[in-house]
Amino acid sequence: MSTGTYSPKPGAAPVGRMIAAQTALETRMLLRNGEQLLLTVIIPSLLLVLFSTVDIVTVPVSTTGGAGEAVDFLAPGVLALAVLSTAFTGQAIATGFERRYGVLKRLGASPLPRWALMTAKTLAVLVTEVLQVALLTALALALGWSPHGSPLSVLLLLVLGTAAFSGLGLLMAGTLKAEATLAAANLVFLLLLVGGGVIVPLDRFPEPARSLLELLPISALSDGLRDVLQNGASMPWGNALILAVWAVLGLGAAAKFFRWE
Amino acid sequence: MGNESVVQVRGLVKRYGNKTAVDGLDLDVRAGTVTAVLGPNGAGKTTTIETCEGYRRPDDGTVRTLGLDPVADAAALRPRIGVMLQSGGVYSGARADEMLRHMAKLHAHPLDVDALIERLGLGSCGRTTYRRLSGGQQQRLALAMAVVGRPELVFLDEPTAGLDPQARRATWDLVRELRADGVTVVLTTHFMQEAEELADDVAIIDAGRVAAQGSPEQLCRGGAENTLRFTGRPGLDLGSLLKALPDGTAAAEPLPGTYRITGTVDPQLLATVTTWCAQHGVMPEGISVERHTLEDVFMELTGKELRS
Repeated sequence: MSTGTYSPKPGAAPVGRMIAAQTALETRMLLRNGEQLLLTVIIPSLLLVLFSTVDIVTVPVSTTGGAGEAVDFLAPGVLALAVLSTAFTGQAIATGFERRYGVLKRLGASPLPRWALMTAKTLAVLVTEVLQVALLTALALALGWSPHGSPLSVLLLLVLGTAAFSGLGLLMAGTLKAEATLAAANLVFLLLLVGGGVIVPLDRFPEPARSLLELLPISALSDGLRDVLQNGASMPWGNALILAVWAVLGLGAAAKFFRWE
Repeated sequence: MGNESVVQVRGLVKRYGNKTAVDGLDLDVRAGTVTAVLGPNGAGKTTTIETCEGYRRPDDGTVRTLGLDPVADAAALRPRIGVMLQSGGVYSGARADEMLRHMAKLHAHPLDVDALIERLGLGSCGRTTYRRLSGGQQQRLALAMAVVGRPELVFLDEPTAGLDPQARRATWDLVRELRADGVTVVLTTHFMQEAEELADDVAIIDAGRVAAQGSPEQLCRGGAENTLRFTGRPGLDLGSLLKALPDGTAAAEPLPGTYRITGTVDPQLLATVTTWCAQHGVMPEGISVERHTLEDVFMELTGKELRS
């Protein structure tokens, strides 16, 4: 046998090392993209700062639980928005273009198994969310936020929300054209921002609409987070159930309909 | 170098809707060789190669790559092959070295990434992200990604499309080095010269079938006859000339005083023609022997021209 530079010596790296490498790359790609940062960092931070300090949307005392601090109402909503921006909008757009540019196809011929790729994508979303939550929490605390409730309940809601939005984002990325995903994901982000109890309390909406809006994953997440962080509830099981149903439906549909090319 | 078949395709059929892209194709790739799959756009080259890579499931027929079913045994196959897609395959926001280092991390015994970057002249890409690289740089990165995992078998789908002549030569050199080190290479191309320069075996594909397969020499010898031309006095007795020539040789005078002999043009035939001319007091001028190229073979087999 020859022993030249290119002499075959094939083999897959250990799967843990592959997932770590893939997660690091996916996270770098997310954080390097300017448009993504606008959605995941700048918009949530701006909303938090603006609406907490300037009386644009007057948050009624009744919805702020009497404390009167707008930031106590806004912070949970903005945390929900952060999850929406990364798990849904950011992931849908990035994955849609990876599919379009043959990245998913090329990785499909690499030793990285598909499940490991999806694991890495999920981990990259979680890493980004940890950074977002840290930044937004620091901002909110600086604005006078006084959170209540159990951190474990908050964590569970955030994870369920991530699962629900990831499923829907991947479903969109794996079935629509990249341009359509780009447009639709941004539109959905905007609609859910307005109609999902993030900055506008849901009781501002008339009754039939309100009941429907409460079933949206973003409403369930922002409402659930508010129950815990603002009102000190132990665990809002109703909201958790809504998120779990969305997660099962979204991830199930994505697994079934996702097309890699 | 063994004659063991590392890719074996038998009766492959692949349809997209009503369109039959591959229509009963057979292909063999011998270990340690370079095989060129040659054909015009739309002939079924990419579909064939992507079926061997495990991207597509055959509608009919069987495909074995390194003895494995590329779809069912994908997990075992993928670490052993290197793939260069016709385009894309890289995160638009990734830098060339970053993507290559990442691919290396997915393998157990990758090549030295810095040496590979140097070898393919990718060092000049610096911090430029993929979407801003030139077409040639993108092609070279895709090639590097295909070989970085030290595969046994490399599939290159049009590795030199869109490259300038210098970059094309650099890619050819790398293919030769791969072969010298024992890597089997399958490449698709519509450049005749590429197939003639690189390939041990050529499979000419047209309309989803193999029109001919063999070494470039075999194909040029077997598929088409060669031609000897000369000029002389008009109206020579071709019947008398043909008697002196071996069976299966043809002679014609397409224009007065212009003669064309077609057949197996070897030194013996040339000597026979010049001797006959000497005997008949003819000075044959402008004697030329036209060796047939793969291009002629291709045109003869398919009636089509390749883009070259």
